Amino acid sequence: MPKYELILLKNMSNPKYTGSLEDYRATGGYKSFEKVLKEISPAGVIDIVKKSGLRGRGGAGFPTGLKWSFIPKDPPGPRYLCCNADESEPGTFKDRQLIERDPHQMLEGIGIACHAIGSHHAYIYIRGEFDRGAEIIQKALDEAYAAKLFGKNIFGTGFDLEVVLHRGAGAYICGEETALLESIEGKRGKPRTKPPFPAIHGLYQEPTVVNNVETLANLPYIIKNGPEWYAAIGTPKSTGTRIFSVSGHVKRPGNYEVPMGIPLREMIYDIAGGMRGDRPLKAVIPGGASAPFLKPEHLDTPMDFEAIKEVGSMLGSGGVTVMDDSVCVVWAAMNLMSFFHHESCGKCTPCREGSAWILQILRRIEGGLGRPSDIDQLIMLCGRIEGKTVCAFGEAEVGPILSTIKHFRDEYERHIREKHCPLRPNAKLVMAH
Amino acid sequence: MKLKVLSASAKEKIESEFPKYPDKRSVTLPALRIAQEELGYVSEPAMIDIAELLDLTPVQVYEVATFYSQYNLKPVGKYLIQVCKTLSCALVGSESIVDHLETTLGIAVGETTKDGFFTLMLVECLAACGSGPMMQINNRYYEQLTSVRVGRILEDLKTKGRSDLATGPFMLPMIH
Repeated sequence: MPKYELILLKNMSNPKYTGSLEDYRATGGYKSFEKVLKEISPAGVIDIVKKSGLRGRGGAGFPTGLKWSFIPKDPPGPRYLCCNADESEPGTFKDRQLIERDPHQMLEGIGIACHAIGSHHAYIYIRGEFDRGAEIIQKALDEAYAAKLFGKNIFGTGFDLEVVLHRGAGAYICGEETALLESIEGKRGKPRTKPPFPAIHGLYQEPTVVNNVETLANLPYIIKNGPEWYAAIGTPKSTGTRIFSVSGHVKRPGNYEVPMGIPLREMIYDIAGGMRGDRPLKAVIPGGASAPFLKPEHLDTPMDFEAIKEVGSMLGSGGVTVMDDSVCVVWAAMNLMSFFHHESCGKCTPCREGSAWILQILRRIEGGLGRPSDIDQLIMLCGRIEGKTVCAFGEAEVGPILSTIKHFRDEYERHIREKHCPLRPNAKLVMAH
Repeated sequence: MKLKVLSASAKEKIESEFPKYPDKRSVTLPALRIAQEELGYVSEPAMIDIAELLDLTPVQVYEVATFYSQYNLKPVGKYLIQVCKTLSCALVGSESIVDHLETTLGIAVGETTKDGFFTLMLVECLAACGSGPMMQINNRYYEQLTSVRVGRILEDLKTKGRSDLATGPFMLPMIH
């Protein structure tokens, strides 16, 4: 029995709900799309979304209405909407559930967003590994087209909209909006320098908005119930609900939709059932692999963009990864740096070479060959990456390193002094993978 | 045009993607996927064929094929087992699942069984973090793995070509 009223996970919480067009329409689905096409101007929709306070749910938390308003008034060519379904941030699995269980909710959001920005072409960029998700979205698209909810002259309003499903092929970096655009264009997913921003020169150099699946899924309800209703949920600067994906050492991992601002303690100990085996909490990442580690002393922090930032981390993708006292944080940092090194697109020397170097040092430390100069070397290397890359991947990858050194320096020192991992004494020096 | 390795059917599938984009180059990723579905992997002749169909230079296809992790640049087994190695899965025992797979299949990560059935790889986060440890085999996910389930899945695939233990549509926690 969920403690808080569900919005995005509501339909699917009914065991009989299949996600079909018929089921979605039975809950009032596509009425908001019809309403905006028939009764509300694009500028009016942008205004409503601005008033709602909706912020991006992919990771950056940029105000959605504001992002839409950057699209020029009368560009000579087409405008594009891209739905970012590339969910690849470690610890995050909310978009997958939204896609597989309620695809039409997301599709209706795409329709509303396209009307708002004057786009008649939308691409859904879904990560290549989501085979089932791609099948489900394609089926939903076919249903929507058959019911004339997409295509030409929708609801007889003269509004045309083509929505194309585009599958990725395995690249975390393609969740970065400009890399996503490069990938749709048929190239390697190498982020572009900004400015220019996608709103001016995006897909095929035309004005483009990229929005996350969860962000778009909120739109039908904001239109239906009004922006004041949405803004009244959560906190003044972080409005609405948020789906947090909780994983790691909790009794009930899963996707939980809650109002923004509930304390981290409540999420871990109440909603996710508490620590596995009732072991003590050692560290928690609140927002995906890019978010700095937090400690038990931060448990009373409200889960909203501002409060989490204030304690030195980020709400990011909402991927809450919980670690108990059995976890070696050096090992955890090494695991994440291995991820970042694999996923580095290679464009920027600081990230490409820095990630390799940092990973090598962490492997040595974890394998018992750490040197006293290593910790300062790691900090120095992070400083050479942060702020010196084309995209935010640089800032992301140094997060786990700097935060584990900050909060658990003694653990690093112990590895180096004792020439082994205190928690994983049989850890071999792993240079592979 | 005379293609080196792609069939007429693959050519048709690739060309059916053209209307979806204003630029043929956008079909590079779908084309590579279509070629891989037919050949099992993406060979250089296949890349040259795709370049021919899309009016690109071969290197423009090569750089994409080598950038994205899902394109196999050499042949793989009938079933490509990809186990997630990233943090959330590692926290709940992915390392021992990998050990179990190596022992059961008699191969190391990166290798293929002698009968050509299974190739074992490690991959990064597959967005199944709450239901780990898990793996993707071809186009399906297998989550909440134990060594017993892994054994069942491998047996199913070898004997029936599919397994009921494939998971999805995804919801966690499950509603009953």
